[in-house]
Amino acid sequence: MQLDDLYRRVIMDHYKNPRNRGKFEEDAVTIDLNNPTCGDRISLQLKVENGVVADAKYTGEGCSISMSSASMMTDAVKGRTLDEAISLADRFSSLMKGDEVDFDEYEDIEALSGVNKFPARIKCATLAWNALRKGIDAK
Amino acid sequence: MIASVREQFPILHQEINGHPLVYLDNAATSQKPQVVIDAVKRYYEWENSNVHRGVHTLGSRATDAYEGAREKVARFINAESSEQIIFTRGTTTALNLVASSYARSVCGPGDEIVLTEMEHHSNLIPWQQAAIAVGATLKYIPLQPDGTIRVEDVEALVTERTKVVAIAYVSNVMGVVHPVKQIAEIAHRHGAVIVVDGAQSTPHMKVDVQDLDCDFYALSGHKMCAPTGIGALYGKKALLESMEPIEFGGEMINDVGLYESNWKELPWKFEGGTPIIAGAVGLGAAIDFLEEIGMDAIERHEAQLANYAMDRISEIEGISIYGPRKRKVGLVTFNLGDVHPHDVATVLDAQGIAIRAGHHCCQPLMRWLKVSSTARASFYLYNTEEDVDRLVSALIQTKEYFGDAT
Repeated sequence: MQLDDLYRRVIMDHYKNPRNRGKFEEDAVTIDLNNPTCGDRISLQLKVENGVVADAKYTGEGCSISMSSASMMTDAVKGRTLDEAISLADRFSSLMKGDEVDFDEYEDIEALSGVNKFPARIKCATLAWNALRKGIDAK
Repeated sequence: MIASVREQFPILHQEINGHPLVYLDNAATSQKPQVVIDAVKRYYEWENSNVHRGVHTLGSRATDAYEGAREKVARFINAESSEQIIFTRGTTTALNLVASSYARSVCGPGDEIVLTEMEHHSNLIPWQQAAIAVGATLKYIPLQPDGTIRVEDVEALVTERTKVVAIAYVSNVMGVVHPVKQIAEIAHRHGAVIVVDGAQSTPHMKVDVQDLDCDFYALSGHKMCAPTGIGALYGKKALLESMEPIEFGGEMINDVGLYESNWKELPWKFEGGTPIIAGAVGLGAAIDFLEEIGMDAIERHEAQLANYAMDRISEIEGISIYGPRKRKVGLVTFNLGDVHPHDVATVLDAQGIAIRAGHHCCQPLMRWLKVSSTARASFYLYNTEEDVDRLVSALIQTKEYFGDAT
């Protein structure tokens, strides 16, 4: 088991320097999700305009994997149509199953590929993406 | 002594991720000695049958094995008689039985159930749900900063409206041993019963339910070297006799009519359906194993190990330890600076060290501690100072790893 497969530099960068962390002052689609087995929680906010994710922010607490995943996800979905965002989420699910997946739109996400070798941590990585799916469903 | 104890646990002698296993998640579940594994195997190879009904020889063997295990549990916690031992799936089921059968029948609107904020969810939600159902009020004994409670606070909180006081003997997070005997005296003076969650005490110390004078006491087998899926509820005889069963079916009946039925005597009226026979046999074997080593010796060993761990872990820069400085039981809950407990547990696992990270089924306590989760190392009779040393050096490496990883 190689720890460096899990904790890549890109992941630690997103963990220590999170992107899009915060709350919108104006109205936005808000999804609160937690992982009851470990206590990680995320509050994701999406601003959807004309079928496009115009902006995304999140707050929450959790481990390096869950929080870096949220940072990457919010960065990646910005400017995407809802269909494109779903496609990203689907590809992220494949990545967690161990499939080879390219994220040409946002390569940082590929750094999370190592998570699939740590079965206990997959739920950490998928928390933010599950919130994204719920947010799109609610729209 | 430890070397010969360790030898009896096959699972300990393996490598995890290329390192010898250091198992420090005993508060979640303990490992099983060969004698327990063999007892379950022998039961299935020689004695398996249903209990209390077969006229045939195997039926008698299975019944003897099952009822023999009940007697061992009774003796182990010094119950007055084995009919006061109800086999359950574990502590959770035992506490739910008391909450559903006893609390819901004796508590009415405005009556009180007294708890602490540090209870495991299994000793909190059943009371919460009972309180909601009957309109009773939940009251919480205040916690001191180190997680202990003061007897005078219990005294001030318990009133004539209090029907139930429910508390863990040992906290699964803070490692505190609560003054159950004194709390029992207070409860009784006000006409309330005391229900003791013994999940974390029974495996680690000598328990005497008569000396504690508790009304109910719940325990889990799997934390004390027995298989999963078996536990027990002890209750005072008059209370158990006054209670209605909550599960109906085979095994628990006396006479069944089309429109009404009545129940067997204790303890069987609470054991509807085919019971967990092999589990009970395993629990009996686990009790024999623990008694042969001696609960006093186990308690001494763990206290010594926990205090050694407290000394060593507290030397790590940036560590936060929860609970009192001096330990009587073998667990230490901590956070390593701002490294998330999951990350700590993953880095430790890469070195073959198993600890628990999360809320430990104590979400209200986590809120009280103002953390989202913690890491916990918990010890048992087979752990050594070397295990603690490996934990400490791995924690130091974890800190360096996360410090350097930016």
